[in-house]
Amino acid sequence: MTMLESLLVVLPELILTLGATDLLLVAAFSNKPDLGRRVSIYAVLMLIACGLALLGPAGNGGAVFGGLYYADAFSTFSKVLIYASAAIAILMAPRFFDRRGEMRPEYPILILLSALGMGFMVSSGDLMMLYIGLEMQSLAAYVLASFMRQDTRSAEAGLKYFVLGALASGILLYGVSLIYGFTGTTSYQGIGAAMASGLSMGELFGLVFVLAGLAFKISAVPFHMWTPDVYEGAPTPVTAFFATAPKIAAVALAIRVMFDALAPATDAWQQIVIFVALASIALGAVAAIGQSNVKRLLAYSSINNIGFALIGIAAGTQAGVAATLSYMAIYVVMTLGSFLCVLQMRDAQGRPVEDIASLAGLSKSQPALAAAFAIFMFSLAGIPPLLGFWGKFLVFDAAVAAGLFPLAVIGIALSVIGAYYYLRIIKTIYFDDAAAPYAPANSVVENGLIAVTAATVSPLGYLLVPFLALTAGNAAQALF
Amino acid sequence: MNQLDFPILSLMIGLPLAGALLCLIWPGQSEAKAQKARVLALGTTLLTFLLGIGLWLTYEIGGPQWQFVESYPVFGRFAWALGIDGISLMLIMLSVFLMPICILASWKSIQTRVPEYMAAFLLMESLMIGVFTAQDLFLFYIFFEAGLIPMYLIIGIWGGAERIYASYKFFLYTLLGSVLMLIAMLWMVQQAGTSDIPTLMAYDFPANAQTWLWLAFFASFAVKMPMWPVHTWLPDAHVQAPTAGSVILAGVLLKMGGYGFIRFSLPMFPEASADLVWIVFGLSMVAVVYTSLVALVQQDMKKLIAYSSVAHMAFVTIGLFAFNRQGIEGAMIVMLSHGLVSAALFLCVGVIYDRLHTREIDRYGGLSDNMPKYAILFMLFTMASVGLPGTSGFVGEFLALVGAYEANSWVAFVATTGIILGAAYMLYLYWRICYGTLEKEDVKAMPDLSMREMATLAPIAAVVLWMGVYPESFLAPIRDDVGVLLERIERANPPGDAQLIMGEGLPAEAEHGGSESHEAEGAH
Repeated sequence: MTMLESLLVVLPELILTLGATDLLLVAAFSNKPDLGRRVSIYAVLMLIACGLALLGPAGNGGAVFGGLYYADAFSTFSKVLIYASAAIAILMAPRFFDRRGEMRPEYPILILLSALGMGFMVSSGDLMMLYIGLEMQSLAAYVLASFMRQDTRSAEAGLKYFVLGALASGILLYGVSLIYGFTGTTSYQGIGAAMASGLSMGELFGLVFVLAGLAFKISAVPFHMWTPDVYEGAPTPVTAFFATAPKIAAVALAIRVMFDALAPATDAWQQIVIFVALASIALGAVAAIGQSNVKRLLAYSSINNIGFALIGIAAGTQAGVAATLSYMAIYVVMTLGSFLCVLQMRDAQGRPVEDIASLAGLSKSQPALAAAFAIFMFSLAGIPPLLGFWGKFLVFDAAVAAGLFPLAVIGIALSVIGAYYYLRIIKTIYFDDAAAPYAPANSVVENGLIAVTAATVSPLGYLLVPFLALTAGNAAQALF
Repeated sequence: MNQLDFPILSLMIGLPLAGALLCLIWPGQSEAKAQKARVLALGTTLLTFLLGIGLWLTYEIGGPQWQFVESYPVFGRFAWALGIDGISLMLIMLSVFLMPICILASWKSIQTRVPEYMAAFLLMESLMIGVFTAQDLFLFYIFFEAGLIPMYLIIGIWGGAERIYASYKFFLYTLLGSVLMLIAMLWMVQQAGTSDIPTLMAYDFPANAQTWLWLAFFASFAVKMPMWPVHTWLPDAHVQAPTAGSVILAGVLLKMGGYGFIRFSLPMFPEASADLVWIVFGLSMVAVVYTSLVALVQQDMKKLIAYSSVAHMAFVTIGLFAFNRQGIEGAMIVMLSHGLVSAALFLCVGVIYDRLHTREIDRYGGLSDNMPKYAILFMLFTMASVGLPGTSGFVGEFLALVGAYEANSWVAFVATTGIILGAAYMLYLYWRICYGTLEKEDVKAMPDLSMREMATLAPIAAVVLWMGVYPESFLAPIRDDVGVLLERIERANPPGDAQLIMGEGLPAEAEHGGSESHEAEGAH
C-alpha cells in the first residue's frame, strides 16, 4: 500500500489535525467580531467533512501503517457517532457561553482535537496508538472541563478530572507495560497470538490494570468517582459532550482491546465485566435517587447506562458487541436530548438553573419542552414504546443468548430501581405545582435539535431499528 | 388480507392515536380548546366503537382461529403482526365499549388540562387494543408495558390527594413484574426461533424450562391481575385515580393479566401450569376470603370496590386453571362481567363523589329517597356484583365454580364462601348508601342522575342484563378458541379429586342414571 493510499485511509484524522491547527491560528490572529460562532460553524463543517470521508477508504481501508491503525466497519460506526455528538455539542454551546461573553473560539477547536483523539482510539490496532489517542482526547477534555475559568466549580471540575485522569492513565500505562513485558509486543494481533497459548500471571495482572484504566474512562463503578463532580462543575454543553462522544470512544476502545487483543482471555475479563456492569447499574440507580441537581443526576444516569452497555460486552459474543454498539447509539441520542433540555432551564434573567425542583410545573408553562423532557426520561428508564427500551432489549437478548441468566435477571431487576428517579423528574414536571417559569426556549437550533432527538427516541425510532441492526451488526462482524 | 379487505385492526389502533395527537395540537384558547378536546375524544372513541361493532359482526364464528390477520415486518427483530381470535375479540369489545363511557364520565369532573387528559385516554385505548391484537411476542410486550405511561400520568396529574405515592406504586410494581417476563420472552424466542405468538402457542418447551418461564410470566400477570399478595398497588391506584381512570383500570387493564394467562401461560407452558396449579389455587383461595373480609370493613367506597375486584379476579384465576371448558369459559365471562360491573360501580361512586366530594361511606345515607333512578341502577350493579341470576355476574361465577368443582372440590368450597362474603359487603355497602333515613342536609340537596350520567350507566346496565339472560352471544365467539386451548392443555390436565364412577345399572326403577360416589380427598 502506497503512502498516499495510507493517508487516504486516515483522511478524517488529517482533516481534523490540519483543520484544528488552522482554526487555532485564525483564532489567535483574527479580530473579527463574533469569532467564536464563526469558528464553530467551520468546526461543524469539518466534522461533517470527516463523516463524508468515512464513505471512502477511510471507512473500510483495513489495517494501515503496519497494523497501527484500522479503518473498518467498527471504527466507522463509532466515528459517525463521535463526530455527530461532537457537532451537536458545538451547536448547543454558543447561547450558553454568550451570557458571560465566553463563547471563545477555543471551545470548538478543543472539541475537534478531542474528536481527533477519539478517532485514533476507535481505530487503534496497537497499545501505543491506544495511549496516544486516549491522552489526546483526555488533555483536550481537561481543558474543556475548566473552560469557564472564572467559575470555581468549573475550575474545580477541571482539576479533579485532570488529577484522577492522570492517575487512570498511569494505571493504564502500567498495565500496558506489563502486557508488553510478558508478551513482547504492543500490537493487538501479537498480544492475541501470544496469549492464545495460555494466560500467564503477569499477563493477567496487565489485563486487570488495562481494564481498570479503561473503566475510569467509561466511568464504570468502582472508577466512577470523578463523574458526578465533573459533570456538575463543567459547563453544560461540555457535560453533554463528556456524556456522549468520549463514552462511545472509550467503550469502542474497550471492545477493540477485549475482542482483538485479549480475545483468548475472554474467561478472565468476562467476570470483571460482569461485576463492573452490575455494580455500575446498581450504584448508578441507587445513588441518583438522592440527587437534587439535574446534571449530577444525569451523571449517575450515565454510570447506570454504561452498566447496561457493558452487559452486551459481558456476553462476549458478536451479537453482544452489536447490542452494545446499538445501545451506545441510542444512548447518545437520549443523552444529547436530555442535555439540550437542561440547557433550556434558565431563570427569567437567563441564568442557568440546575435544580430539579425548579422544573416543577414545566408542563403548564412550556408543554412542548415538558413533553420532550418526559420522552427522554421515560426512554432513559427503558420503558417501551420509546427507543431506550430497544437498547436494553438488545443487551439483555445478548446476555440471555450467552446463557448469562443471573446477570440478565439481576440487571433487569435493578433497572426498575433506576426507573424510579427518572419518574421523579417526570413527577416534578407534570404533577407538582408550578415554580417560577423559565425564560422562553427560543433558540431555533436548540429547539430543532430537541425536536429531532425526541422524534428519534419516540416510537417512530423503531423504524430505524432494521438500519441500526444492520450497521451495528456489520461493525461487530469486523472484530470477529 | 382479511374478510374486510382493509387493515381494520391497525386502523383501530391508529384512530385513537391520531385523535390523541389532534387533541394536543388543536389550536384554541383554553376553555374552547378543552371543549373541542372533549368532543374530539368522544367522537374518536365512538368511531372506534363502531369499528369494533363492525369487527364483531364480520368475525366469522367457526371460521379460522386467527382472523383479520395482518403482518408487516417493519421492525427487523419483530413484526407489526396483528390478528384476533374470539377471546381477543371479546376483550377488544369490552375496551371500545367502555372508552366512550369514560370520556362522558370525565366531561364535567375533569376541568384542568383537558386536552392532555383526553389524549392520555385515547393513547390508553390504542395501547389496550394493541395488547389484545398483537400477534408478535415483542409487539405484545411493548403495548403491554407502554400502557404504564398514560396510566401513570392519569393517576399522577388528575388523581386525589395521595396521587403521587399511588402513581409511583402502580408504575414500579407493574414494571418489576413485567421485566422478568421480558427475560423469559427473550429466551423463548431464541429457543423457538420465532416471535410469532400462534407458532409459540404450539411450541413445546422443555418441561424443566417451562417452570421458570411460567414463573416469570406469572410474576407479570399476577401483579397485573392482581393476585394476593401483590395486589396492594390496586386499592391505592383505584382510590387516587380519577373516576374514569378507575373505570379503565378495573374494566380493562386488570383483564390483561387474565388475557396473559389464557394466551401465554396455559397454551405455552401446559406442563408447568399443571405442576404449579397449587400456587394459583392457593393464592386465589386466600384472595377470595381475605380480600372479601378486608372489603367488609372499608370506609372508603372506592377502596371497597377495589378489594372486591381482587376477590373477583381470583375467580378468574381459579376458573382458568381448572383445566376444563366450564372453568375457562366461566373465567372469560367473569372477566367481561367484572369489566362491566366494576366499571359501572366506579361510575356510580363517581356520580355521588361529584356531588359531595367525599368517598366516605358514612357521609351518605338514604339516597333512595332523593335519587331513585340512581338507586335502581346502583342496585342492579350491586346485584350483578353479588352474582344474582339474571345478571352477568351469575353466569360467570357459576361456570367458574362448576369448573373449579370438577378440578378440586376444596377450592370450589372456599371460593363459594367468597360469593357469600361478596353478597355481605356489597349489600352492606348498598344499605349504608341508599337506605336508612335521609337526614344529612348536604345529602338531601343532591340531584338525581343527569342525562349525561344516565347515558354512561344505562348502556352498561343493558349489557349486564343481556349477558345475564343470553350469555350465548358472548360465549359463541370464544367457544372454538377455548376448545383449541383445551386440546392443547389436555395432556397435562391434573386429575381432579372428584372421581366419578359409573354405577351399576339398576333395572327398571333407577332409569335416571347411575349413582355418584365421591372418593375421599387425596385418593388419587
